[in-house]
Amino acid sequence: MTQTLAIRDLGVRRAGTDILSGVSCALTTGQVVGVIGPNGAGKSTLLSAVAGHTGFSGTVSWGGSGSGVQPKAGDIGYMPQSCKVSASLTVLETVLLGTHERLGWRVSQGDIARATGILAELSLSHLASRCMTTLSGGQQQLVLLAQRLVRQPRLLVLDEATSALDMSHQISVLMLLKRYVVRHNALALMAIHDLNIAMQYADQLVLIHDGRLVQQDAPESVLSVENIRRCYGLDVDLVARAGGRPVIAPLAQAMA
Amino acid sequence: MNTDAVAIDTRHIAGYRRMAVKRALALGGAFVVMLWLVILDLSIGPSGMPLSDVISAILAGPHDGDRAATTIIWYLRMPQSLMAVVVGMCLGIAGLQMQTILDNPLASPFTLGFSAAAGFGAALSIMFGAALPLPEYLITPIAAFAMTIVACLIVYGMVHALGETPEILVLCGIGVLFLFQSLQSLLQYLASPEILQQIVFWLFGSLLKANWTSVAVTSLVAFACVPLILSDTWKLTVLRLGDANAASLGISVGRLRRRSFVLIALLTAAAVSFVGTIGFVGLVAPHVAKALVGEDHRFSIPLSAMVGAVILASASVFGKLISPGGVIPVGIITAVAGIPMLFLVIYARKRRSA
Repeated sequence: MTQTLAIRDLGVRRAGTDILSGVSCALTTGQVVGVIGPNGAGKSTLLSAVAGHTGFSGTVSWGGSGSGVQPKAGDIGYMPQSCKVSASLTVLETVLLGTHERLGWRVSQGDIARATGILAELSLSHLASRCMTTLSGGQQQLVLLAQRLVRQPRLLVLDEATSALDMSHQISVLMLLKRYVVRHNALALMAIHDLNIAMQYADQLVLIHDGRLVQQDAPESVLSVENIRRCYGLDVDLVARAGGRPVIAPLAQAMA
Repeated sequence: MNTDAVAIDTRHIAGYRRMAVKRALALGGAFVVMLWLVILDLSIGPSGMPLSDVISAILAGPHDGDRAATTIIWYLRMPQSLMAVVVGMCLGIAGLQMQTILDNPLASPFTLGFSAAAGFGAALSIMFGAALPLPEYLITPIAAFAMTIVACLIVYGMVHALGETPEILVLCGIGVLFLFQSLQSLLQYLASPEILQQIVFWLFGSLLKANWTSVAVTSLVAFACVPLILSDTWKLTVLRLGDANAASLGISVGRLRRRSFVLIALLTAAAVSFVGTIGFVGLVAPHVAKALVGEDHRFSIPLSAMVGAVILASASVFGKLISPGGVIPVGIITAVAGIPMLFLVIYARKRRSA
């Protein structure tokens, strides 16, 4: 059954300043939804509020159409921004910790198999016995993503899960998420900085600027020349591609 | 699932099991070393009793056998040896917990002012305790224990009001540390030379103060706290991934930190109340444990406890060997031996990661 994440009039206020105000949108399962916007727009705050880690006004509900309730911690796989790990734990141990609630004194074969399965899907099997402290930032980010996926959440809330990854890995992660949301009838809501990646791989985009929702729609519609100029202060050209979505090319004068 | 995936799974499951067996062997090894040190500690003393007499006195029990040997082993040496084990375990566990909740490898059970508070409580009781209607041997431990709990409550209250981050916890703890150190110094300044000598002797940390009452009380507190700590094993391991990660994995970080902090205070108070402040055990033992079995708290908690016991039992043996009669307090030996030991652990970890 299709689930809906309904955000209604969401606002977050800190030290007398509105970080977010009047954000409303509805997102259904089976999609990867990119949250885009310039630095300081309120993307992380929105994701943190949806995950229940930041207090907010308004409502966030999750469920069948018209019958949503506040998403439970068990439904959500939340990956906050910049999670550097300095513990002497192996990659496999770290992924296993994603299911810490059900681990006993003896870790079952099923738990290990589930963790290694996710590592294989992210092409991280060769790192399974490596210590987390010896990994690069991008590798750590992938391991922490694996840690969320092993929980099999229906609502994935990822704050910059791909920010430290090279382009190839960013695309691999997005493709994996696209398969995941279809297989598990889940919704992935993730902050994306690279507008071309967002354009090509997200199913829908939510554009935030100055704490307000600018538009929620298909990538081709949200990433218009006008929206990019208005929110990013950048003049771009949209280069049409046969059989695909356009590519965003910054114009020379905008980069000067 | 295809054949390759099954092969990968089997390989990883076998690898994980191998790692668990190695860690269990490290625990077993530490237990054997600890046991051997206890027997060695029991067999060394100024009376020069042969090992066979020591063993027969142990086997004969506390109410039987040769009277002199029974008294020496059961009423002098055994409480001290067991106290070394129990106090070492308490400090080892408390040190590991403190390093985990503060996310700081420099932390020890004494980082947040517990030792200074216990010292102040002890000094207070040595100066004014005679007026109280309590047996003399109980006044100082009770005062030290009570003052440690007071320090814990002050830090707890401040953290509750200001925020539960490791930074706030450290700042409040350091504040309390300086407060109790100053109060302790004030009492030392006001004390007569005889009283001052008693206060300084308490502060050194010595197993000579141990008796069966102290062993029983400290063990009881440890038995009450350790199951609660062990019930948080996985949560504490997750906390090593950082606050944000732990919170996003469904852990109530603030509650876990508060709960662990209170348990650390109880373990530390129980450890120092009877024998005084014994430094470095709570700092070094967790590092040795983590170097041997990593940061999976299922293994690092028991190993840190046993390493703590091994360090303190070794210090007791060493103290008796260099000064028959045990005049040099173990607190001094652990502090002197702790520094090279810490460097050795850091060097070994650096070489391994290079």
